[in-house]
Amino acid sequence: MRGKVVIAGIGQTAQGKHPDRSPTSLNVEACCKALQDANVDKDAVDALFVKYPTSGHLPMYGQTMAEAMGLQPRIGGVWDQGGAASASMIGFAASAIEQGQCEVALVTIADNPRTGTRQAYERGWGDDAVFGWFGTPASYAMIARRHMEEFGTKQEHLGAVAQACRRHGANNPGAQLRKPLSAQDYAASRQVVDPLRRDDCCLISDGGAAVVLMSAVRARAVGVPAPVPILGYGQGQTSWEVAQRPRLTDTAAAVSAATAFAMAGVGPKDIQVAQLYDCFTITVLMTLEDYGFCKKGEGGPFVEDGRIEIGGALPVNTSGGLLSESGMPGMQLVTEGVRQIRGTSSNQVVGATTSLVSNQGGIMHTHSTLILGSS
Amino acid sequence: MSEVPLPTVTPLTEPYWAGLTEGELRHQVCGACSNVWLPAREECPRCLSEDVAWQASSGRGRLISWVVYHQASHPAFADRVPYNVAVVELDEGARLITNVLGPLEELAIERPVVLQIEQEAGFSVPRFRLL
Repeated sequence: MRGKVVIAGIGQTAQGKHPDRSPTSLNVEACCKALQDANVDKDAVDALFVKYPTSGHLPMYGQTMAEAMGLQPRIGGVWDQGGAASASMIGFAASAIEQGQCEVALVTIADNPRTGTRQAYERGWGDDAVFGWFGTPASYAMIARRHMEEFGTKQEHLGAVAQACRRHGANNPGAQLRKPLSAQDYAASRQVVDPLRRDDCCLISDGGAAVVLMSAVRARAVGVPAPVPILGYGQGQTSWEVAQRPRLTDTAAAVSAATAFAMAGVGPKDIQVAQLYDCFTITVLMTLEDYGFCKKGEGGPFVEDGRIEIGGALPVNTSGGLLSESGMPGMQLVTEGVRQIRGTSSNQVVGATTSLVSNQGGIMHTHSTLILGSS
Repeated sequence: MSEVPLPTVTPLTEPYWAGLTEGELRHQVCGACSNVWLPAREECPRCLSEDVAWQASSGRGRLISWVVYHQASHPAFADRVPYNVAVVELDEGARLITNVLGPLEELAIERPVVLQIEQEAGFSVPRFRLL
């Protein structure tokens, strides 16, 4: 599989506020930009994979999107894995291309929780709402607390993740939040649900992003300008609600990464730049551990001294991630992973030849990994 | 003032809430493999047996983790902030979402806790206090 399928084109809308735009319209814009970037006509597309919009679950949304794009795909549909969906759909599309089920696949996500509704992220958790148990941030805070108590992870370690993302986002003209964050700013930021502060929580954004996939052979034949090979991909799932999870500090990100590393024939030491899903800062620390960049429990010390900032040993979220570029759930991390291999990032890691992307959904329920390379 | 959102009692969960009204916290146990769990299910999630029964818990457990809300996501909790929500593991093995009664500065993982049933708008709900 390694390198047989490429990301031929990437596209994304502006991130931030899009009043009066539907998720479908944002998806269409992202797809058009990705097709333009790949120099491919939409009539060549025979597969369409789309993430269902979290803020409004629409049945058969894959068909809604195909109709909006004027396509009659051979394969595709809507995928429900929360924030892991982008990388997962890319993996499925790559497999489908290799198996001859389709030739040119569009993979797209979009949503408008900023100007639409963010109710999906704030709702009560069933009968447990009687205890005041509400919202997505609190569930991540529950995991973060356990990590801090079990391993001695400090608030400053969470802050270092936010600071890295905000530094990178400040230098990305397309980022929604371009204000760097000092350690003092972080420490003074409002507590939302302790131990998470405002600056530990991702942005809420309207926007869309898409990629075009095809075989490396086809990309060469039709003269795609800047194809980026997919070296490996994998998935893993932790299918327990937070309260029932036997260990709060382990996730199936480890399974996902092991699968992707094995397919790519590389390991953590071969990765020069990583886009790690940062819905909340704790997610980045635990992903670093579960991926083997450091030992379990050592994610905190790992991010000290600017190690995950540009110029550090492993720059992370070089476009700003969900904490600074856009809170959109994940595809923007893939497009940045592609730019790093092309050499076109606004925070370019010089000489990057192997680039890693993690996507994650639910409360660390679903996980998906992509490894891209310059081969 | 908005009302606290109360649980929806279903045929599946009725024994759980009835137990609390009667002063005990019940968990489910599998007749086939002895697995113990909460919340209520129709099948054992380990061996998939439908031989599922309710059993009274000792009410003793330990604190797995907790959070402190500094802003309320629901207006009914606005005058309770800062308030905690915790995960407790009962000695028998089931885990649940709850609140821990006691000073925030004394909370620590693995701290022993014990059941204290409290009333919430006429509903008996399981909370825990530090031992």
